[in-house]
Amino acid sequence: MITALDSIGRLTHGFLRQAGDMLAMFCQCLFWIVVGPFKRKPVPVKNFFAQTVFSGWDSLLIVIFVDFFIGMVLAMQSAYQLEQLGATIYVAALVGVSMTREIGPVLTALVIAGRVGAAITAELATMKVTEQVEALQTIGLNPVRYLVAPRLLALALMLPVLTVIGDLMGMVGGYVIGVTNLGLGSGLYIDTTIEFLTNKDILTGLLKSFVFALIIAMISCQQGLGTEGGAEGVGRSTTRSVVTSFIMIIVADAILTALFYFAG
Amino acid sequence: MSSSHHERKPVISVKNLVKSFGGRRILNGVTLDILEGETFVIMGGSGCGKSTFLRHLIGSLRPDSGEVWMFGEDIAKADEDRMHEIRKKFGMLFQSGGLFDSMSVGDNIALPLREHTKLDDSIIRIMVRMKLELVGLSGFEDLMPSQLSGGMKKRVGLARAIALDPKIVFYDEPTAGLDPVMTGVVDKLTIDLTKQLGITSVVVTHDMNSVFRIADRIVMLHKGEVLQIGTPEEIRHAKDPIIQQFINGDPEGPISFLQRGEGYLDKLTA
Repeated sequence: MITALDSIGRLTHGFLRQAGDMLAMFCQCLFWIVVGPFKRKPVPVKNFFAQTVFSGWDSLLIVIFVDFFIGMVLAMQSAYQLEQLGATIYVAALVGVSMTREIGPVLTALVIAGRVGAAITAELATMKVTEQVEALQTIGLNPVRYLVAPRLLALALMLPVLTVIGDLMGMVGGYVIGVTNLGLGSGLYIDTTIEFLTNKDILTGLLKSFVFALIIAMISCQQGLGTEGGAEGVGRSTTRSVVTSFIMIIVADAILTALFYFAG
Repeated sequence: MSSSHHERKPVISVKNLVKSFGGRRILNGVTLDILEGETFVIMGGSGCGKSTFLRHLIGSLRPDSGEVWMFGEDIAKADEDRMHEIRKKFGMLFQSGGLFDSMSVGDNIALPLREHTKLDDSIIRIMVRMKLELVGLSGFEDLMPSQLSGGMKKRVGLARAIALDPKIVFYDEPTAGLDPVMTGVVDKLTIDLTKQLGITSVVVTHDMNSVFRIADRIVMLHKGEVLQIGTPEEIRHAKDPIIQQFINGDPEGPISFLQRGEGYLDKLTA
């Protein structure tokens, strides 16, 4: 009993400390993004563009692939139920609303946490254990400004963009099933989708994906820069980064969904 | 050499430096001066605190108590902005070179110049070539660090450390993992830079051949304390059994690694 309590206490303590560290790093990032340019120490543009290409453009294909097929699956699964009610046309509405509100943002974020978050942690962790981070400091370059801020900015910009594309691809997937398998007219499908989609659906989805981007960036950078102990440490940090990101994305999704639901 | 030491001013003055990690005291009141233009070697066994000591000199660790005076400022109390200014005046060669492997050799050396000066890119390119020439690696600027051998990485690291023409260069085990010829090359570079450019060199090493080749003065650290400071001759003839054991590489002596006797068996079977 005591040991169980003890380990719960330890876990909570560890979690709170890490959350505190992450918040501190996030504030430093904001400082460099907002105040940096006035101190003639801006976030390096070259690093920002490189990260934008890596986290955005290079992720495009997998996001299109995953969201397109999930859209198709969603259409088939909901048609299976709605056919019995004779309401097959609502497949369009269901796919459109659930893609934009929920599945698009969450699925895209999970894909990016696995692809980009893991890569960020592995890269920063390797830099840490090979003294490159310390070398940056010795040269007088702040690692948060030079390494973390460009990654945070790139993800915060690119994840919502990828989510919009993913939303669209999901709806295209649903459309393909609706028109080819369910015998729905092309125009009718599109009209129904547009009729049921509201701006609020799209905006809440985008707000979610922005929050997910901050979560992925901060967790992966913090895990990377906090790495100790050689190759094994790099592996451990990378695993922890992806697992923590997944959990925090789901937790944040639940909280945000509840907020939007109860706040109307 | 030794007669001129008294006329030189200290560039680094450490007073009563204390640092503990997790309740274990790593540095226990280290006090010493490093003089202008000398090659000062910090030696000691593994875990004696020499790396921790070096990290206080470059400001990447803060002491629990004590002072680290450098260029007339206590860097133990300097804030980030001041530290940024002070860092321009010293360079550091890391044990593994510490090169950024996403950048070419040339960009590695150019980075401090781009960050701290407003020089034109064409001038920076010339300066990069000059630094590479100094370490005997002209024409290597377009290679990536992964294409270099260990000795070359260290020399590029050295070129980057002197990019801003620092007054002090810190070396963390510069010859670890190098073959005897490359060790000689790096040692000669250290000596040349110190003598020709008037740089103060602070070298952490436990390579005894290098120590006696490059040092003007040596400090021997043991269990976080200064055992003795002296010229190579003084250290070579030191009475202290710990120093004698260390420079001769004797497995038997006051620094004990081997467990013997009855207690040994008891510990194993306990």
